Amino acid sequence: MREVALDKNMKILIVDDFSTMRRIIKNLLRDLGFTNTAEADDGQTALPMLKSGGFDFLVTDWNMPGMTGIDLLKAVRADPKLASLPVLMVTAEAKRDQIVEAAQAGVNGYVVKPFTAQVLKEKIEKIFERVDASG
Amino acid sequence: MSLLDKQTDGLTPEEFEEDLKNRAHKMVEHLEKGNLKDAMQVIHEINEVRDKSLYKEIGRLTRALHEAIKNFHLDAGFSGRDKEQISSMADASERLSYVTKMTEQAANRTMDLVDESVPIAGDIAEKSKSLREGWQKLRKRQMKPTEFRELYHHIDEFLDTTEGKANTLYSNLNEIILAQDFQDLTGQVIKKVVDLVAEVEESLVHLVRMAGQLDTITGIEHRFDTKEKDKTVAEGPQMRAEERTDVVSGQDEVDDLLSSLGF
Repeated sequence: MREVALDKNMKILIVDDFSTMRRIIKNLLRDLGFTNTAEADDGQTALPMLKSGGFDFLVTDWNMPGMTGIDLLKAVRADPKLASLPVLMVTAEAKRDQIVEAAQAGVNGYVVKPFTAQVLKEKIEKIFERVDASG
Repeated sequence: MSLLDKQTDGLTPEEFEEDLKNRAHKMVEHLEKGNLKDAMQVIHEINEVRDKSLYKEIGRLTRALHEAIKNFHLDAGFSGRDKEQISSMADASERLSYVTKMTEQAANRTMDLVDESVPIAGDIAEKSKSLREGWQKLRKRQMKPTEFRELYHHIDEFLDTTEGKANTLYSNLNEIILAQDFQDLTGQVIKKVVDLVAEVEESLVHLVRMAGQLDTITGIEHRFDTKEKDKTVAEGPQMRAEERTDVVSGQDEVDDLLSSLGF
């Protein structure tokens, strides 16, 4: 696979209701060179952060109280300003119907927990390879 | 022969059915003979047996329900006035919150120690690399006297600090192992809660069975609305994923599914 030139300074929002999972994802992203991250514990807190702008990438869990990840994804796609924001779902939800729904809602990548650093890296690279190709 | 005379406490559903059959025959006999008064008397008796049997079953059901409530102290504990009387259910939720807290603490402790250790390991690797380069130069006799003095100094410093760093790593690794001790505690707590759930289930099945007897006597049939389950509602980690066909078994299957959708 060709090496993708990723912008290491891009601003990433990590959304998960468990602080330990947010920390794991944050550490993995840091190992990949992405240090510009922010955190939210569910869709309800994430959406206003996204709307206030500046984020280049969204990594979200599915199962969260308040607003779930799939609803957050739909809200993002419905917002003209956020519609093209790349979204990676990192979740324990592994039903085929769920993956299909996420795909139809416009997710850019889907990683099932438990996952490895390698898988996360691959998916992020793949997402931005496509974004680069289309944009 | 009337069972009613002997059994004033009411009948079991099976006895009631048998009794009903006998009385119905008797009633038809009376009617065929044109004996309306006696036929009405039989209907009255049937009603009476039915009522008494019904009361008996309701009584049993009420007692069983009361027992169940008493066993799990469901009526106590929520006021928080009497800590001793805390309900098993409230106790179970408290125990499970404890599990969440313990696992979170352990995860954070482990990650803290790893965060602390990673730069130390990186530092040792970096210094070793620089020393190795100097050493190679020395072996090839390409080293100037000033460089040699520098190497000499670096070796001294490296030996001085590496022991301390290795000791820190050693103790961090040991602490990471100790941070896993939650497994023992949470294991015990979860086992207790699982036992409670099994007990509650048993009591509920018992109640449902008794309620079923009532339905036999009253002749009520229930139609349960089977609610269509939302197929994509979040349910957390799927259990027995390998036995389910609606669940993917890992990242490879997710990738296959997504690529079949044009991803």
